[in-house]
Amino acid sequence: MVDLHLPGTLPPLFVDLPRRLDVEGATVLEAIDRLEERWPGLRDRLCEAGPSLRPHIHVYVDGERAGLDTELGGARRIDVIAAISGG
Amino acid sequence: MSKAMVLVGTRKGLFILESDGDRRDWNVRGPYCEGWPIYHAVHDAETGAIYAAAASEWHGASVWRSNDLGETWEQSSEGLSYDDGTQKLSKVSGLTVAHGRILAGAENAGIFESRDGAKTWSVLSTLEGMPGRENWNDPANQPPGHLGLPAVLPHPDDASRFWAVVQGIGIFETTDDGKSFTPRNKGLRADWPLEDPTVGYCVHKLVMSPVDNQRLYQQNHVGMHRSDDMGNQWVEITEGLPTEFGFAAAAHPHDRDTFYVIPLDPGHGRTMPDGKAAVWRTRDAGSTWQRLDRGLPQQDAHLGVLREGMAIDREDTPGLYFGTSTGQVFASTDEGDSWDEIASYLPAISSVEVTVTA
Repeated sequence: MVDLHLPGTLPPLFVDLPRRLDVEGATVLEAIDRLEERWPGLRDRLCEAGPSLRPHIHVYVDGERAGLDTELGGARRIDVIAAISGG
Repeated sequence: MSKAMVLVGTRKGLFILESDGDRRDWNVRGPYCEGWPIYHAVHDAETGAIYAAAASEWHGASVWRSNDLGETWEQSSEGLSYDDGTQKLSKVSGLTVAHGRILAGAENAGIFESRDGAKTWSVLSTLEGMPGRENWNDPANQPPGHLGLPAVLPHPDDASRFWAVVQGIGIFETTDDGKSFTPRNKGLRADWPLEDPTVGYCVHKLVMSPVDNQRLYQQNHVGMHRSDDMGNQWVEITEGLPTEFGFAAAAHPHDRDTFYVIPLDPGHGRTMPDGKAAVWRTRDAGSTWQRLDRGLPQQDAHLGVLREGMAIDREDTPGLYFGTSTGQVFASTDEGDSWDEIASYLPAISSVEVTVTA
């Protein structure tokens, strides 16, 4: 299980989605897909066609910049960040 | 008592302006849709639902829906993608509710359909085979703020017939529900070279007279135009207007010859000429135009109005509404003769739609 932290912009979009939860998965994409099973549509808010991460969504695994194919073996924490941008 | 509702899409969410049927005193509700940029919001008179096309810089394109006039909202983009994954969908630019379904125009250029109240979508057409289609999604052909396919104009009686507007390319008509299309740009002007004279026109807003479906009007990048045969042939009706450029347009609900536009400076500023706000009206199908400015600011009013920024209701004496790039909404309840500012400090406005219910 990995400790997943989501950006504050996501919970208002999905019923009962917390900012922080435990997930399973071999890769970041698999972890996102686990969320998709419980909150349909969530993957589309983080990923675009390909799939690839949306341009202003950044993922860190144990503090290191990660991609969808980053493996989670032994990882303790995932941070999904909505980039500080806009105005 | 009847109720008027104006849906205002802005760069920072959707707002709802409400009044009773006299349309004099207005309350503002919102922002809704989590502050996502709203490109176009519409009300479905059949179901009472509100739909809002949005695209978050972070979370992508989606369509929000409310079945309780804005009290609660959900969003979905299920099916809002191109099947092969090679074309991206950056935004849903325009929504049309007609004949029991919702049509969404998107960028990259395509038309999506929903038959379950915006819960799920499927591609209806990407207008393959139209002249130059292979270049439509070339980034070199996509200016800032590209909207792709920003509008679909439905035929009021024939569900399989509609007109699609492709930004910078022109109008395309289908009579078989999107299986095939025909360019409908004959008679339009282009002040730039055209490889194929059937396409390459910059149509900003296309409207149909509710009392004469043969009669279409359009605000074009270069001029106002009218068609008396459902778009088969266009004639220019710009003479008498201060500029040939603008985005918004509205057709009178009861008079086929009355049509409203908001001319803008054609340069990159694209605001009302000389800082004086005005709507222009023709009552003779474009032969003559009247400047309508009573109640509108006439000094230092550098207001812009985008293509979905003006709406007209269907009351006996119809009300007109327009929203500006600086967040004001102006309304007229006397067919444009005089105006009141009914909202003053909203975010930059992308779209205005109105509905009056019994």
